[in-house]
This record gives sequence, C-alpha cells and structure tokens, in this order.
Amino acid sequence: MRDQIEHLKKRVGQGRITRREFVGRLGALGVSAAMANVMMAEAVRAESPKKGGHLKMGSVGGESTNSLDPAAAASQVPYYNLNLFGDTLVEVTPDGSVGNRLAEEVSSSPDAKTWMFKIRKGVEFHNGKTLTPEDVLRTMERHSNEESKSGALGIMRGIESMKTEGDMFSVTLKTPNADLPYLMADYHLQIQPDGGFDNPGAGIGTGPYILEKDEPGVRHLWSRNPNYWDDSRGHVDSVEILVINDATARMAALQSGQVHLVNRVDPKVADLVNRAPGVSIKSDSGPGHYVFIMHVDTEPFSSNDLRLALKYAIDREDMVDKILRGYGSVGNDMPINAAYPLFDETIPQRSYDPDKAAEHYKKSGHDGSPIILRVSDVAFPGAIEAAQLFQESAKAAGIPLELKREPGDGYWSEVWNKQPFCASYWSGRPVQDQMYSTAYLSTADWNDTRWDNEEFDKLLLEARAELDQEKRKEMYSKMGRMIRDEGGLICPMFNDFITGVSDKVQGWEDDPTGETMSGQWSSKLWLA
Amino acid sequence: MHPVLILVVQRIALGLLLLVAASVLIFAGTMILPGDVAQSILGQSATPEALANLRAELGLNEPPVTRYFNWLFGVVQGDLGTALTNGQDIATSMGRRLSNTLFLAFWAAAVAVPLAIFLGLLAVLYRDQWPDKLISGVTLASISIPEFLIGYVLMYFVAVQLGWFSTVAMINDSMTLLEKLSAIALPVAVLTLVVLAHMMRMTRAAILNVMQSAYIETAELKGLSAFKVIFRHAFPNAIAPIVNVVMINLAYLVVGVVVIEVVFVYPGMGQYLVDHVSKRDVPVVQACGLVFAAVYIGLNMVADIVSILANPRLRHPK
Repeated sequence: MRDQIEHLKKRVGQGRITRREFVGRLGALGVSAAMANVMMAEAVRAESPKKGGHLKMGSVGGESTNSLDPAAAASQVPYYNLNLFGDTLVEVTPDGSVGNRLAEEVSSSPDAKTWMFKIRKGVEFHNGKTLTPEDVLRTMERHSNEESKSGALGIMRGIESMKTEGDMFSVTLKTPNADLPYLMADYHLQIQPDGGFDNPGAGIGTGPYILEKDEPGVRHLWSRNPNYWDDSRGHVDSVEILVINDATARMAALQSGQVHLVNRVDPKVADLVNRAPGVSIKSDSGPGHYVFIMHVDTEPFSSNDLRLALKYAIDREDMVDKILRGYGSVGNDMPINAAYPLFDETIPQRSYDPDKAAEHYKKSGHDGSPIILRVSDVAFPGAIEAAQLFQESAKAAGIPLELKREPGDGYWSEVWNKQPFCASYWSGRPVQDQMYSTAYLSTADWNDTRWDNEEFDKLLLEARAELDQEKRKEMYSKMGRMIRDEGGLICPMFNDFITGVSDKVQGWEDDPTGETMSGQWSSKLWLA
Repeated sequence: MHPVLILVVQRIALGLLLLVAASVLIFAGTMILPGDVAQSILGQSATPEALANLRAELGLNEPPVTRYFNWLFGVVQGDLGTALTNGQDIATSMGRRLSNTLFLAFWAAAVAVPLAIFLGLLAVLYRDQWPDKLISGVTLASISIPEFLIGYVLMYFVAVQLGWFSTVAMINDSMTLLEKLSAIALPVAVLTLVVLAHMMRMTRAAILNVMQSAYIETAELKGLSAFKVIFRHAFPNAIAPIVNVVMINLAYLVVGVVVIEVVFVYPGMGQYLVDHVSKRDVPVVQACGLVFAAVYIGLNMVADIVSILANPRLRHPK
C-alpha cells in the first residue's frame, strides 16, 4: 500500500491527477481525507526544485574523438555538453515557440529581413569576462565565415550581414525569413567569449555548469556555475555524463542505480525496463523519422507511378508495431508531422494498399527486375528488419525488392545521398521551413531525394517571408502534399525518443522539440 | 659475446623492422577504407564548403606518401602528433588509455595465470579422474561461450540482482586502488574465464608429456610425493610451451579485449582505437597500432628468451 501511496503522491505532484482524484483514491486505500490533504501538500512541496546532489547520466553517442568545440558537435554527448556550458541567444520551448535566453528581446523589421536581438546585461562567462554583443557577433562569424567547418554552416548561409549597435545584435538576411529566431536556437550556436576564435574547444561559455573533467569517450564532469544568470535552471551541484554506448550496459547501469537516467532505450526492452522497480520510461514524440529515399531523377524511380507503387506497398502500422513496438507514429511520406508548428492535420493518411500498389506498378511499365534497396544497421535502429518487412509487403503487391546490406562504416559517405534507393534517418528540425530548406529545396546539399520542383522552391521562399500564419500554414500544406504525392520520400514512421529515468529524478517535462528535454535535462531536472 | 645476448639484439632489430612494416600496413589500410576523416567528423551534416575547409585545415590535401613520411619523421623524434578529430595530444590521451588497459590486463593476468597453472597441475595429479574432468569441462565451457554473454550474465546476477559490484567498470584518477579493483572485478572475472582454458590445457598437456620420461619414473621410484614429482621434476622441463601460451594470452589481454571494454564501459585502448578507426583518424590509429604491435613482438620475444634459458642445451650451445 505504501508503494501505491507514493506513486499517487508522485502523480499528483507532477500534476498528472487532480487533487479530488488523489483524495478519492487514497480514500479507497483507507486513508482519511484530512491525512490525504496533508500528503497532498507534501507531494506538491516535493515537486518544487530541490538544490544539490550529483546527477549522473549514461548516454549513447560519445566517442574518444569528441571535442567541446560547438562547431564540431554531431552526436548526443557533445550536444549535452554544449547545453551544460553554453547558452544560445534563444531556444525552442517545449510548446514549439521561441523563448529568450541570452537575448532579452527579439524583434524584426516588418519585412522579416532584418532581425534584432537585445543582448542580456550582467552575464558572465566562466572565465570572468562579461558577455557583450561583440561576443555574439564573433560567435556567429565563426560559424558562418569562409573558413567555417561548423555543422551550423548550412543554416547560416541565408545571412547577408551582421552587426552590433549598443546592446543590440542584428542580422540582415538575403531573403526574408519569418523563422530566423528558430535558426538562432540551433545547438551549435552557443555564445563563446570572442566567438571562441582563440580556443574553440575550451568549454567556456555562460552556461549553468563549469567544466571539471573532460575525458572524451569516457566521461564529462561538470560543477554548478555559482554566477549563473538564470535562477530557474541548474539545480544539482554537479552533473556527470558517462559514455555508455552499449545498450545492454546502459540499461544495467540504470537498473543497478549507477546512473539516474539513460537515453535511447531500445523499444524492444522499453516495456521491461518500465516494469523494473525504481525506474520508469519517458517517451517523447518528435520530428525524427525513419525513411526510405528514392532519387526522383534516376531510373526507375523517375516514374512517379513506380514511386507511388512503392509508397502504397509499405505497411506503416505494421512497422510502428514491430520496429518501434508502438513507441512512435505512422508517417505519411512527408517529413513533417504534428511536432511542427503550422502542421495541417487534414492531409489524408496514406496506408498499405497492395491493389493500388500493383496498379501503379503496372502503369509504371517497370520490367519486373528486382529493385535494389540499400540498407544498413546504422541507417536507423531496426533498419534491416524494416527493409525486410517492406520487401514482404511489396512482394504481396507483386513488386520485387532486393535488399543489399551495406557496411555501417562509411554508410553516410558512400551510400546515403549517393545511391538511388536506400534507408536513412532524419532527426527533424524545429520548423517546417528549415526541414524543407535542408533537404527538399532543389539547390540544397542534402537534397537526398533529388527533388527538383520549381513551384515547390517558389512556395518555400514565399512561405519563409510570409508573416501571416494562416497563409503560411496553407502554403506548407500544399508543399507537404506535393512531397507526399510526387516526392521521392517513403516515410513509414516517426520515432519517439525513449528515456529511462530513475524515480530519484524530478522535474521531467515532455518536450517534442528535441531528445531528452531538448538537451536541457541537466539544467532542468533535480534530485529528490 | 654470449649467444643469448646476440639473439636478443637480433630479435630487437627485427622487431623494430616489423613495427615499421606494421605502420605501413595500417596506413595503407586506413587509406583503403571509404571516406576520410573530414567526412567522418561532419557525418550526415557535411556540406561541401565545410568539408573543403576541414580538409585544408587537417592537411589532407597533401599526397598520402608525404603524409606517411611526415608522420614517421615525427615518431622517430618521439612525437606522436595530435588527433585530427579533436586536436588532443595523442601521447597524453593514449597514455591514459594504455595505463588503464595495462591495469586491467595486469589484474586479469595476476588472477588467471597462477590459477591456470595450478589447475593444470591439479588436473595432471588427478588425470582422468573426476577433478581433471571437472576442471577441463568447466574451463572449456567458459572459453566456448562468447565473452560478451558471460559478461552480461555476470552483470545481471552479480551486479544488478545482488548489487555486489558495479556494472560500469569506469575507473578514474580520483578513485582509490580498492575502489578501482572493485570497479574492475567483473571484467577481470570474465577475462579470467576466457583465458583460463587455453593456459590450463597447455600446462596439463606439457606436463603429461614430460611425465612419460624415464627420469620421472626414477623420481617416483625414489618415493617422492606425486605433487613434488610434478612440481620439481616435470614442471621445469615443461616450462617452455607453457610460457609461450601464457605470453599469447597476455598479449590477448592487452590488445584483444575491446568487446569486454564495450560491455563494461571500460576506458581502455580497444574502444579508443575503434572510435578513431571509424573516424579515419590516421595518426591515432597508427599510434595504437604501434603500441599493439610492440606488445605482441615484445611478449613473443620474452617467450622465446625464456624457453632458451629454460633449456640447458640451448643455454650452453657447443
């Protein structure tokens, strides 16, 4: 009974059940209403952040080759590290809007071509230097200049000029962009003293935690920044990230209490972990999606009938059940889902239809030779199994698929974006414009479906400049439908991020905009 | 000069030549792998400009032969260079990993080698009786099960269920020796199980071989106890093959334990090497390769020298 009461206390503290429900349920367990009210007060008090403690995470995605240079970050551990020591100008909040961080105020010219960021005063870097708009300017320069090798270079390209004026930092764009603040929330763009030109990997920023020990591929230890400007974040005294790339070892570390949370729980074991004592599973839907991509300019995929045949020949529900074990949602052959602002819910869902697939396949006049689908474990977890399911469901429609297993090492450089039909993964972007500009604009470097449509390009640029949200939504809906009906993307599913969390950890919030609370777990969680 | 000394000098010279040959092979191997370090660092988010900038910065535009000789020149002067991926000094970061690997290998060997030899002697003593069969059965079973499986099984029962040791064998400088030993208890146990059978079987076979000799019969007829016969008369004559197999297993403990490192999240050389191979970080791969090759060559040399010293006929050639 004690366990049940504790459980209910936790639920009411997190606001998952109402006070009335709480008192009622405790009544059913034989607890008086007066006692229940006392417990309720206790539970709610327990939910306000507690300071102190040592928070440990076991994370995948760290290697001994990692550095703390924000420009070089590409996997989970560097991403978490950046959020520990740095701050961006703005952030994307869990509800999908833009929240201020080092910028106090964001405004734009009426045509959305020039954007102004008012830089917060009295913020100090870990090395004692005071933050100035000049630091912001230098940081942005480092990520966008000629010599840049930053992962954010792609999104910085639309910038024509940048300057500082008093406590303002302003950006002028080549073409108007209503979503610029979202781009500035990119995790690479952590503000560093003097832009990090002298020592990019020093790990010095304005963030809530200060570097103590940096052992790439092993662990990273951080202690609380006593001068942090934001009192609402950074609750624990120290944070330690242990790099545990092996999935089984990660789960064992969580269950034996050596870490408080682990990321990327395998969907296959998520239910088992959830049943284990002292831990629970948090599942967040997000914009990440598992895909099969066809080059629309290459035979035989240049025939839209063949593309449609393949799109009708994939059983999305079955894949969500078997590959994601229900920890995800079906895709609709476009890269956008409800995690994005301005998503049009009315676009009809495509489902498995072998008859239609066979019909389109016949119309395409394909010679019936096997269509080669290249796949590897690294494309996404369960990619090989998903391709096998695809092969079977396509066979039922009379479409012969041949799977070719490629080595994981070198998959992203040799197969993806080179071969005409392969499995891949997109982690998604905060806004539709960014997703489409990254991978569907005809001139984009990562146009991995070779999608080249003049009308689409025009719509994309128009929507980017449009400040009227209703009109924008309509344009994005149109673009989504174009990709869905003519594009080279077969998108069977959007995956959830599954995190395993110890019961000692409080303050979890579901955040669909990025993995593990958008990387902010370290500054938002606390230990009970 | 003493013939043994000449042999040692010859062996060392040959070893150095082998090291150079190994470094050429490793360099050529990393050239054949698809993609380069710039591509691997930037991964899926590589743009052509970023790639070009990074390649220029890392000096990848120079021809491979020039790069190899630049590297070799540095190594001869004792400079292993810096990692291409994160700019850390290779000697420092590899040194830390190497000492971890040696730490684990040392304790695994400290448990496994005496245990294997003792069990081998015991098996000879009770040959074809139940203790012999039990020892052989158990050690052969443990060598036949994949090491990661033994690791997971121990982890589940000993660490998760019983909570005796930690599942993560992550050691660091701020730990005391006792804490470190407790952290590596499980990997040491697994490694011991993995290397035990090979050494134990070789000890048993070598001693049994010697036991057929006439002087053993004499010793027995003198009325010596069975254990004394084996330990004093049989063992010294069986030492050469035993040392050989022990050295091979020691080398394995240093260079071949990457699976155990991954399973127990141990910060050793194996994982360090794998990370850098997958990123095509050639200078680090070269440095690791050199160390591994040196370990193999060195241990084999020790084995040869010990077998010569153990054999009076080779020790005093006519």
